Amino acid sequence: MSDIIRVLVAKPGLDSHDRGAKVVARAYRDAGMEVVYTGLHQTPEQVVEAAVQEDVDVVAISILSGAHDVLVPRIVNLLRERGRGDVLVLVGGVVPEEDIPALEQAGVARVFGPGSRLEEIVEFTRRCVRGQG
Amino acid sequence: MDLIPRLLAGESPALARAITLVENQHPDARELVARLYPHTGQARVIGITGPPGVGKSTLTDQLAVRFRQEGMPVGVVAVDPTSPFTGGAILGDRLRMTRAAGDPGVFIRSLATRGQLGGLSRATGDVIKLMDAAGRRLILLETVGTGQAEIDVMNYAHTTVVVAAPGLGDEIQAIKAGIMEIGDVFVVNKADREGADRTVAELEMMLDMAPDRGGDAWKPRVLRTVARDGTGVDEVLREVKAHWGHLEQAGRLQVWRRRQAEFELAGMVRSLAAARLLEWAHQTGVWAEVRDRVVERSLDPCAGAELLLREYREAFGRRAAKSPGTAGRRGEV
Repeated sequence: MSDIIRVLVAKPGLDSHDRGAKVVARAYRDAGMEVVYTGLHQTPEQVVEAAVQEDVDVVAISILSGAHDVLVPRIVNLLRERGRGDVLVLVGGVVPEEDIPALEQAGVARVFGPGSRLEEIVEFTRRCVRGQG
Repeated sequence: MDLIPRLLAGESPALARAITLVENQHPDARELVARLYPHTGQARVIGITGPPGVGKSTLTDQLAVRFRQEGMPVGVVAVDPTSPFTGGAILGDRLRMTRAAGDPGVFIRSLATRGQLGGLSRATGDVIKLMDAAGRRLILLETVGTGQAEIDVMNYAHTTVVVAAPGLGDEIQAIKAGIMEIGDVFVVNKADREGADRTVAELEMMLDMAPDRGGDAWKPRVLRTVARDGTGVDEVLREVKAHWGHLEQAGRLQVWRRRQAEFELAGMVRSLAAARLLEWAHQTGVWAEVRDRVVERSLDPCAGAELLLREYREAFGRRAAKSPGTAGRRGEV
């Protein structure tokens, strides 16, 4: 019996397109994972409620709007409040280099900027989730 | 098993984790379901089925919101297909459930089929039980986009809603050939589009041609909706409730419960009996013997299966007669 890794691909905030999120969702699916996709304009509360109900191992946050410094820590904290501090939180999208340490401080496992390879994202995710086992 | 009191108290994280255990066939899952089973049987289950792209998720969303307005705790089980090539899945039903998804009073769980045919996931029956035990009094069960053969939903749902849309072309043929008989309520969604009248007429004609099931039998109607903006959804709600009213008369609910229990029981017997027989046959080497005879063409596969069954029965009959105390010990045969 091998448990299938479940990932929530989340798009909080006001981003107007979700191409990147869809590409990542597909890569996860092609790697044999189950990917819950909730669409654009989600509040942190909605993202966390979905993560709890879907009992995911990973929340992959895609964000382009520049509001990562507010939205991402809020999601991490809400996950902890709901007893799901164990969830692996990843961020992808446009995040200035200098903002990355603060996000990692807040509990993000890794920030994948533009040009990240899909194989790398999938491999990192798998290693973290399986490693926790 | 400290999940159980938390689940019975309706806590979402506990319900979510319990569903995962059941989906993954975790060793604890059987006991979990067994202990919760006495707390089930309270919920109403509405099945939503139909071809891909007709608006099942959007209609489910609209119905969920309306039941919430009536104060009912709602559960949604939304099934999407697993890729047969990678084993992965994109579960996108939440994308169309934006109204209900914002409300913690609606517990939505997306399931992948994980290789199961029939339009549902193998875990569906147990997932419904868990939601039921967690106090979700109304459960909406949305199948994968169905063609002709995906009729399993009728075995879990008190009321099955078959959704169609104009302009489907051959898909309407599929409905006519396959899932027509399982619908208690028919909905032509996207009814503002061209061709809606024709789709409604086609479905009504099929329903008229169905054999008459007697004077007081339920007569399914065809309704129109535009789920995107909510048009016609109240009428669907009324029709579903009318169907419940019908089900509650003349002992029909008891008949339904018996049929549902038989479905689950028969499914369990099939899988358990097959598993036991195969395990025994492999352990004793009988499997390899019979297999080789099938390879040599001295037995056909059906005769081989019958032989296996006979040997299994004899082995256990003999063992039980000789020394009942050792029954079940491995390698005894």
